[in-house]
Amino acid sequence: MTLPPEIVSGIRRAVAEHGGVRAAMLEALRLIQHAEGWVSDARLAAAAELLGVTTAELDSVATFYSMIFRRPVGARLILLCDGAVCHLNGADAVRDAVVARLGINPGETTADGTYTLLSIACVGGCDRAPAAVLGRDRKLTGPVFPDNIDALLADAG
Amino acid sequence: MKVEIEIDGRTVTVDAGKDLLSTCLEHGVDVPHFCWHGALGSVGACRLCAVTVRDDPHDAVGRVEMACMTGVAAGQHIRVDDPQAAEFRARVIEWLMVNHPHDCAVCEAGGACHLQDMTVQSGHRTRRFRFRKRTHRNQYLGPFLTHEMNRCIACYRCTRFYRGYAGGRDLDVFGSGERVYFGRAADGVLESPFAGNLAEVCPTGVFNDKGWSQHYARPWDLRLTASICPHCAVGCNLTLAERHGKLRRVENRYHGAINGHFLCDRGRFGPLFVEAAARLDVARHREAPIDLQAALALARTMLADDAIGIGSVRASLEANFALRRLVGPERFFIGVSDTEAVLVRRMATLLRRGPSRIASLEAIETADAALVLGEDLTGTAPRAALALRQAVRGAEKALAAAKGVAAWLDEGVRVAGEGRRSPLILLTAAPDALDEVATLSLRRNPSAIAAFGLDVAAALRGEPVADADANATARILAAAHAPLVVAGAGLLDAAIVEAAAAVATALGARAALALFPTECNSIGCALMGGDGLDSAVTALEGAGEHAPAAMILEADLYARADPAVVDRLFAAAATTIALDCLATRTTARADLVLPVASFAEAAGTTVNHEGRAQRGFAARPGRMPASWRLLSELRPGLFAVDAPALDDVLVALAQDCPALAAAASAAPHADFRTPYGRVARAPQPFSGRTASDAAGRTVDGTPPSDPDSPLSWSMEGAHGVQVPAALATGAAAPGEHSPYAVWRAQTRIGGPLRGGDPGVPLIVVGALPDDDANVIPPVSVGVQEIPGPTLLLIPLHDPFTATELDGASALLAERAPAPRLVLHPADAAALGLSAGGAALLDGVPLAARVLLDDGLPRGLAGLSTVAFGRRGPPRRGRLEPA
Amino acid sequence: MSALPLTGRAARDRKPHALNEWRALGGYESVVHALRGEPLQVLEQVERAALHGRGGAGFPAARKWRFMPARGTTPGDGANYLIVNGDEMEPGAFKDRLLLEALPHQVVEGAILVAYACHASEVIMLIRDAYRSAIDGMERAIAEARQAGLLGTDILSSGFSLEMRVHASAGRYIVGEETALIAALEGGRAVPRKRPPFPAQSGLWGRPTMVNNVETVSCVPHIVTQGPDWFRSLSLTEEGGTKLFGVSGRVRRPQLIEAAMGTTARELIERCGGVSGDGVLRCFQPGGGASGFLEAAELDVPLDFAHVRQAGSSFGTGTLIVLDGTACPIGVVARHQRFYARESCGWCTPCRDGLPWVSRILDALEDGTAVSEDLEVLRMTAAQAGPHGRTFCDLMGGAMSSLASALERFSALFDEHLAGGCPQRVASR
Repeated sequence: MTLPPEIVSGIRRAVAEHGGVRAAMLEALRLIQHAEGWVSDARLAAAAELLGVTTAELDSVATFYSMIFRRPVGARLILLCDGAVCHLNGADAVRDAVVARLGINPGETTADGTYTLLSIACVGGCDRAPAAVLGRDRKLTGPVFPDNIDALLADAG
Repeated sequence: MKVEIEIDGRTVTVDAGKDLLSTCLEHGVDVPHFCWHGALGSVGACRLCAVTVRDDPHDAVGRVEMACMTGVAAGQHIRVDDPQAAEFRARVIEWLMVNHPHDCAVCEAGGACHLQDMTVQSGHRTRRFRFRKRTHRNQYLGPFLTHEMNRCIACYRCTRFYRGYAGGRDLDVFGSGERVYFGRAADGVLESPFAGNLAEVCPTGVFNDKGWSQHYARPWDLRLTASICPHCAVGCNLTLAERHGKLRRVENRYHGAINGHFLCDRGRFGPLFVEAAARLDVARHREAPIDLQAALALARTMLADDAIGIGSVRASLEANFALRRLVGPERFFIGVSDTEAVLVRRMATLLRRGPSRIASLEAIETADAALVLGEDLTGTAPRAALALRQAVRGAEKALAAAKGVAAWLDEGVRVAGEGRRSPLILLTAAPDALDEVATLSLRRNPSAIAAFGLDVAAALRGEPVADADANATARILAAAHAPLVVAGAGLLDAAIVEAAAAVATALGARAALALFPTECNSIGCALMGGDGLDSAVTALEGAGEHAPAAMILEADLYARADPAVVDRLFAAAATTIALDCLATRTTARADLVLPVASFAEAAGTTVNHEGRAQRGFAARPGRMPASWRLLSELRPGLFAVDAPALDDVLVALAQDCPALAAAASAAPHADFRTPYGRVARAPQPFSGRTASDAAGRTVDGTPPSDPDSPLSWSMEGAHGVQVPAALATGAAAPGEHSPYAVWRAQTRIGGPLRGGDPGVPLIVVGALPDDDANVIPPVSVGVQEIPGPTLLLIPLHDPFTATELDGASALLAERAPAPRLVLHPADAAALGLSAGGAALLDGVPLAARVLLDDGLPRGLAGLSTVAFGRRGPPRRGRLEPA
Repeated sequence: MSALPLTGRAARDRKPHALNEWRALGGYESVVHALRGEPLQVLEQVERAALHGRGGAGFPAARKWRFMPARGTTPGDGANYLIVNGDEMEPGAFKDRLLLEALPHQVVEGAILVAYACHASEVIMLIRDAYRSAIDGMERAIAEARQAGLLGTDILSSGFSLEMRVHASAGRYIVGEETALIAALEGGRAVPRKRPPFPAQSGLWGRPTMVNNVETVSCVPHIVTQGPDWFRSLSLTEEGGTKLFGVSGRVRRPQLIEAAMGTTARELIERCGGVSGDGVLRCFQPGGGASGFLEAAELDVPLDFAHVRQAGSSFGTGTLIVLDGTACPIGVVARHQRFYARESCGWCTPCRDGLPWVSRILDALEDGTAVSEDLEVLRMTAAQAGPHGRTFCDLMGGAMSSLASALERFSALFDEHLAGGCPQRVASR
């Protein structure tokens, strides 16, 4: 499965700008992820081949970083902060409300593939706690309330 | 430079510039550790080597430091037994036990497991962790290694060895935190030919020898014996483990100048051929099995009127010599082509001529510039290729040192070294596994490789040379402190070997020359003397109807020479007698077949590429006698005494072949005794004698005796550090039962064994008797154009299979690559051949698929050795589509 | 002269300035000024200004710069690097987000000066993936600066050349640790490296490297234009300048406050509208998640590195996490340990295998399923893995600081949890 041309050129540019193939590995993964939401085995293998590294080497890097997703991610991504400050401001109740609404736990994707819910910390939104980061553009939002989940879900695209 | 420090109250004088862990170990102080390794340096991951350090006497408390990550400094006071440090070490074990499963009872590492040893040493006993352990799925990693990731303690040794030391790229670490995972990106065969070392590198039971895993036993039930690998000319030292008459496992036996801590997979999984179904255990006369005594009687008859002997480059000196004495020196030949026999004799002469030093693997590792002419080391002498990979890191280490980074800080050195590589100039005919570490990699046909070498030699002598690469190479080698030149018999090209020697000579005494013949006793046979198979056949055919019998020693001649020549041998000889441990094409054709012991069932001395004579011993009592013993029964009095033992053969060898006289001292004689008696193969807690096996049989009986060595088959005798290195029966010591215990046997970490590394040199540089030493046979200078339609056939070597010994090991056979015919795309197109297609070679179908590679020079056809069919002088062949 | 140099020019909506807007506000004058002089002059100014690194360790910035060798004096080949650490991920920290999003040119300007002082030839701005708009904004700012000749070869005819680019991370708190950050830039897993050798000796690609926090770098233009004495005068203590404090948790109006170094927690909390919840301060962490708890008795401790250390905690990022009477410190510690356990890189044993255990125990304490041996394990872990040098890097030390201080200050509370779980569930706001 060949990589789309804009990703190929993006990776080549990263290699040139970041000082080599190794340094560009993470950027290559980010480019794929930004375009497609996640990095599949096929995309990983294609990127490795383009870079001239082995799939083991690229996956070793990919699986280290929490924000590189190696499983399919819904078009609507909700990253709820579960750090201490958000906890103090009611993040647990928000999480429970989202879990109840979507029917999935953190780490899962809805059966129709639309929403993926993840717990992360800390998102640098402590003054807007409880905070969340939404979508591929990683939009910071907050404070989120348990009775305001609709807005959250709508914004997650 | 030396400094004084105090360890546990004892003042010692130690080398500056080292880490505390190595220093403590070198002074006999056992500091627990996991992630540190003598060949891999310090990384500080496991945190087990905690000791308490006080920088001056006024510091009452001291601080806990990791010994492996702390440099030695004058005036340090270190306490290993300090309660602060001991408590922390126990906690490290407790943390590792959080996820480690309760597998000991069913784990094949048990009893020889470093994690077990460290756990016992730490004093941690009771599990407080009451939650769920993290678990992993295992991967299929190929035929050699098991994978049991739940046991992993994340010491990172596997990736550090596989990637950092061996250059492998398909094993890595994945994930983070407590979920770190060591494996491949997906299930599949581990590609590196050194992957088997993971079984010893892993301190717990994640990676195990798969053959072992299927039939494992506990170490206290195993007999361990020192042996020498028969699978190539490097002569790595092995420890063979036996139980109930079966060879169970091969492990590395440390040798400071040869294999160090590591083996290649061919040597680790090859020796299990001794348990293959293809073993010969019954004498045969033309198809029919016969009783051994009858067979011997028949043999005496066959040999009565004249016989020639065909010796073997994979058989011991004793075996070859017995045959030589039996038939007489003028009737003794070597079972390889004349080309090879002449080439290896020439190699021995060149090594002796000097002035360059003869390179050991240790010298290869420490070279600061290397030129490899023609030899695919990874295929012909894999462990030597691994040594060369370490040499390339020299420049990185030098830059790191210039920046003030401690040499023992493995990662710091790699980072500070900025990826620099010591020069490695590689000239091969086909793409080579070492291309990825070479600083200059050139593809040339064999005559161009020889020409390049001669150009380099000429440039070194100050003569004008046109080739820019050759000039550059000469400059690089001239500037090096320890330049290395490598060549071998891989292409059976004499000109290449001469060129290599010429370069070494031009460099002088500071250079090291490594010449690799094909097999474990090629040099031994060369020193013994004897022409090749072509000459044998000529002699047989010349005798017409008075042709003598031919006695063939331990070799499949069809794998070592032109099959047509071998056929002529069988046709011309009056009768043929073959002695071997394995059924081969040769034994199938011989009139009389006598089964003999394999290398693992008899003591024997072989001579490696350096000219080092080393002795291996019987690892299990053999059902068949050693071939030299069988030969001595054919003529009583062959070795002056009734019932000769190995030492008697060696005495006779010294008389008849003075060049090999020193071989007798390769190991202590059979009457050598330690203060504790013989050297015991079985460990002290050996229960094998009175334990019943799975079928309920008690295998007790009078222990067999071993007249050929000072070893005993029982547990009575000397063990461990009490044993001289050449007889070593494992490094285990009280409290240390795993391969990690080897540090106790070293004079210093990474250095020679106490008492000296085993083996005795038979080739001494400068001791020049031969008249032909100074005569350089003429070689063609300049590149020969290779016109079509025939192509020059070159063998493509493979790390896993070279001879019938490897083929007989089921595990190695699984790793043999599919037979292939490699062509340059343009040549293929011109011949009408396409990728994946089948071809005829000189009209005969080839069992090989066509592969296209534009890295192969035009005019060459690469044939994998199995497809090649035979080992012989370089020749041209006509290829066409099938 | 602004009393709020760091944030004074920030737009309310955090919209970043274009280059001409920034220059109109006085931006890049510091560069013009500094490049007329010598690198050592910039270093000495910052040294006299007593600027302490704002990334968490608090090491005097210029003293660290002194370790950087002049160009061409290190064996080997390649650049000298300055890395600006924008991987803010410490729980409770949200200050660098403002500086990166709203004031990218301030960071660029500061980075040019620091690079000059450190003899660096290349600057890499490492920004965390989650700060997307900051990444985009910084790339634009750098492009503008290059266009205007403030980056590139022979800047302003000074003979000083500098390249600058942005590199985004992809999660993982440990990337904020300077040696792990270097490993990440090299394309590897962000596993920390042993020091020595220090990055100034052998850092990125084995080359001399300086790593500084975004806020540290942002202070430098002001020191250069207004002078070190002015910078010192802004502070209430010996450590110069203002600090971008953060206050969050149980306060009425959580926010960022730029104030004098040495400002007290009492004052900061007051400016945030006081403690929320039941209005009574239970305790606070002065330096984000990796600092020990302080209580009401410490409300008047001047908040800077030296004073907070003396008070038994650590100043860290200077972002306070405040708890009221209804907030459970053990619950907060539990969330911290869950975070640190998840973020362990997996290199060394005590962190990799010890933190998840601690996290599970704290969760059990919250639900009332803990056993007394669990408390022994918490104490054991803090005592054995907390001290410096036990683990490979300081993630564990940071994690253990909140646990150790909670065990010491709230030991009765632990016993209550043992008996029946958390006596106070966290109330939603």
